[in-house]
Amino acid sequence: MLAYTMRRLMVAFPTMLVIIAVAFFMMRLAPGSPFDTERALSPEIRAQLMSFYGFDKPLYIQFLDYLKGLATFDLGPSLIYKDQTVSEIIGSGFPVSMTIGLAALLLATCVGVPMGLFAALKQNSLPDYSIMAIAMAGICIPSLVVGPILSLVFGVYLGWLPTAGLDLGKMTFETLLLPVVTLSLAQIAIISRLVRSSAVEVLRSNFVRTARAKGLPEHQVLSKHALRAALLPLVSYLGPACAGLITGSVVVETVFQLPGIGKNFVTSALQRDYPVVMAVVVLYAGLIILLNLLADLAYGLLDPKVKYE
Amino acid sequence: MTLLITPQEKAELLEAAVKGRSLWDDAQRRLFRNKAAVGSMIVLGTLTFLAIFGPFFWPHDYETIYNDRVLEAPTWEHLHIFGTDPQGRDLFVRLLYGLRMSLAVGLVATGVSLLIGVIWGATAGYIGGRVDQIMMRIVDVLYALPFIFFVIILMVVFGRNLILIFVAIGAVEWLTMARIVRGQTISLRKKEFVEAAEAAGVTSASIVTRHIVPNVLGPVVVYVTLTIPAVILTESFLSFLGLGVQEPMTSLGNLISIGAREMEIAPWLLIFPATTMMVTLFCFNFIGDGLRDAIDPRDR
Repeated sequence: MLAYTMRRLMVAFPTMLVIIAVAFFMMRLAPGSPFDTERALSPEIRAQLMSFYGFDKPLYIQFLDYLKGLATFDLGPSLIYKDQTVSEIIGSGFPVSMTIGLAALLLATCVGVPMGLFAALKQNSLPDYSIMAIAMAGICIPSLVVGPILSLVFGVYLGWLPTAGLDLGKMTFETLLLPVVTLSLAQIAIISRLVRSSAVEVLRSNFVRTARAKGLPEHQVLSKHALRAALLPLVSYLGPACAGLITGSVVVETVFQLPGIGKNFVTSALQRDYPVVMAVVVLYAGLIILLNLLADLAYGLLDPKVKYE
Repeated sequence: MTLLITPQEKAELLEAAVKGRSLWDDAQRRLFRNKAAVGSMIVLGTLTFLAIFGPFFWPHDYETIYNDRVLEAPTWEHLHIFGTDPQGRDLFVRLLYGLRMSLAVGLVATGVSLLIGVIWGATAGYIGGRVDQIMMRIVDVLYALPFIFFVIILMVVFGRNLILIFVAIGAVEWLTMARIVRGQTISLRKKEFVEAAEAAGVTSASIVTRHIVPNVLGPVVVYVTLTIPAVILTESFLSFLGLGVQEPMTSLGNLISIGAREMEIAPWLLIFPATTMMVTLFCFNFIGDGLRDAIDPRDR
């Protein structure tokens, strides 16, 4: 297992390099520059700015410089917000995005798994059909529709919760509730469908029949034998699910005007704030790779059939 | 005993009994027995028809601005049945154009992903060995990319052009397709009819196109119907962030983002586009689920 982890990490390294290179060159070879302001800069000032940030060097040297900086966790200065380093920008936005993402994932698992299991146990009955109808709705109603409607109903009409905004460093339950619920709905739907279909298959399998045949009480058949096998696909789903949460969080952060890095990313990309864009890409790519690895390892621990050679 | 049936009827019965039903006939029968799927096909067909032909017969145009009719609620007057938007344009006709755009993006981008995914997966699975290893490793690497970020960078960098949206989204969605096709291909490769073709000296390329691809069609068709709504969603995310289809052209995501901004004073701007989008997504998902149950009925 250790050898497997090492090998995966060794593959992860070149993967990260590819990601960094693609993002770096895509940004740089594109038209536009961070110094395109409404007021045209004089050529001298522009040249000075370019040389201050090292943009006058050949591109591959800039790339190597960036990698060097990355190795020492120096993400450079922001090109737009002159008084902040990229690390500070990420440091203030990431906790917000992470809190929302993790809370949404937790909520989705806690709601989705019981829903799926229940539907599987009552297969082809009214509860099953209604749960699956709810799940279908969750998949078909996108967060960009749910978000505004929730904030209209609970924020404007009922006035129970704030509609938008968040003071930095002061995340409260009230401000995060609507974004988290919005983000988790689609995940609840996907997770409950996933769990239902795997549970249906497991309940029909031979080892469950054997467990019943040897006279085990039904609740023990379920908790000791069926549950573990039924949740396996969920484990391997949770890794990639983070990617979905990232996508969703960009929208949710825009709808609820939260200062997370998803929103940061879009504005930075529009303003050509290269270092910030790069930092976000690196951070998320690293997270996805790490979470996929963790999911695979957890899968191995739970499923005795899987062997890491 | 046979007195009740005439000889002619008997012949017909015999013929019916002898005539076998192919896998696809079976699947078709099962699909048409699924009420949700059939209903969805009818609704989706109607919507598509409206989106394509509706604008020709509607008195308003998607970019005509009526300065004196800004943010009008739905009314029969001047035939603004879905109201007007903040610029004073007719929402109904814009909705038709938006739906047309979203459907087009969905179909074309899915087509792109289908083309790349099927060829990639079938080649990797059929050749196998080292080539397979390398090709699938590439897919693994691409899977780890935070794709939405790359699409956003692409949109920002190269301007918001339509073809790029098609290609970019298609390029994101082909990965899963390639994995599905590869898995199917590997199991098919060992089948007798492929061996027979090999023994007869058929080239690899035509074995892939003549024997492998038609046989992996089932799961691929299912995945396609589920990819289209995913693509429509992705496009709407981009439009919502202001990175997708640009004004005065519009898409469902674009209309929803305008609606979300104006929902407190003009709820119809959100309600109609959002409903249209949800109905469309529902239809595709129901058809996809129906097809899956029809083609692979094990899981019911």
